[in-house]
Amino acid sequence: MGYLFAATLLAAGFSYGLGVLTVRRRGGWWPARHSASWAAGLAAAAAATTGPLAGAAHHDFTAHMTGHLLLGMAAPLLLVLAAPVTLALRALPAPHARTLSRALRSRPVRVVTHPVTAALLDAGGLWLLYTTDLYPAMARHPWLHVAVHVHIVAAGYLLSAALIGIDPDPHRAGRRTRAVVLVAFLAAHGILAKYLYGHPPAGVLPGAGRTGAELMYYGGDLIDLALIVAFCRQWYAAADPTRRDRNRTPRIPAVPPARVPWRLPAEFRAGPGTDPGSAAVTGLSSAELRS
Amino acid sequence: MPAAPVRSTTAATGRNVLSGVLLGLGVAAFADETIFHQLLHWHHFYDRSTPAIGLVSDGLFHAFSWFATIASLFLLADLRRRAAFHATPWWGGLLAGAGGFQLYDGTLQHKVMRLHQIRYHVDVAPYDWTWNILAVVMIVAGAVLLARARRRPA
Repeated sequence: MGYLFAATLLAAGFSYGLGVLTVRRRGGWWPARHSASWAAGLAAAAAATTGPLAGAAHHDFTAHMTGHLLLGMAAPLLLVLAAPVTLALRALPAPHARTLSRALRSRPVRVVTHPVTAALLDAGGLWLLYTTDLYPAMARHPWLHVAVHVHIVAAGYLLSAALIGIDPDPHRAGRRTRAVVLVAFLAAHGILAKYLYGHPPAGVLPGAGRTGAELMYYGGDLIDLALIVAFCRQWYAAADPTRRDRNRTPRIPAVPPARVPWRLPAEFRAGPGTDPGSAAVTGLSSAELRS
Repeated sequence: MPAAPVRSTTAATGRNVLSGVLLGLGVAAFADETIFHQLLHWHHFYDRSTPAIGLVSDGLFHAFSWFATIASLFLLADLRRRAAFHATPWWGGLLAGAGGFQLYDGTLQHKVMRLHQIRYHVDVAPYDWTWNILAVVMIVAGAVLLARARRRPA
């Protein structure tokens, strides 16, 4: 089964690389950090589904939970930040790109990419998995194992895309809705972790259940940190009072940005009449120096 | 970076208070988690007798305070970027937020919802009093600063 996951992930990496090559061959540009994010996301998913961790997850609840954090939270976040839909729209021949963009605007996609739907799919799936007999059944039926893993990564991707996606989304929910859904989802994840601490899934020993639940709680907080920072950074950029061409520039530039020589920020640069070294050395801003 | 003109002083004050309250809430929750849960091990991660309502309340507050901590810092950066940061309402909000969370945690979550107690196997009353009096002191100090900021708008 590891081979099935490995083949899928390799194909995903290969397609993305092909997309980047196509864009570059046409004279376009694709930021390297997006490619790095895609590679890191696939690596996280590979660590969770193939190799020693996946093997240990069958009998060790802590290993299973590590895999869950990697596959359900870290990998989707990294894959979303790689902007694969934008890349596809730029790399595909025009008719195919138009079909894709039409599909993105269709009603089913709209419903399923709404933050509330995505959060229900993700959190609901987790509650079903760990509080019903689904978890022990997963070990017995390989097809169920595959289905659960696919659902976890797909629901995680939908939720991350709905909350902090950088790909075009013609019907993106408002920032307030997304913030509420984000907090509600974090709460649902944390509550489930605490519940599992006292009520481990069938077939998991209490000690292993407690370690796994604490890992789910604190590990989840760590990945949530990245999710919240990404969300707030987008707000901070959008609220920039000096930004005028708010809706005109694409989120991901098609040409490399002009190289601007690095300069010390204005508040650290010494004004006229002051000792040029003092402001930089004390680290105080000009406003603080004045007061 | 040139500072944009601030639209109105009251809006800027409101955002200062909001940023302070959110950070206060986050800092109080963070201190609770690191000092009492992880370093001292006084609080329990999960008490088997915790009722569902306590678990839900704790989960919602934990998630919200985590979000509030980070969002408040971005709000603060935005205020600095607009040169609209005022220390008095910001600190007033911070103290009120921290005290408010601690009082909620010490009365409703610990006592009414019986999430967990401050400490086990000892007489918990002095701990409860210290906890809640500190909370009230922070709220009063915050209210004084907020009243001062309102009387003398920056």
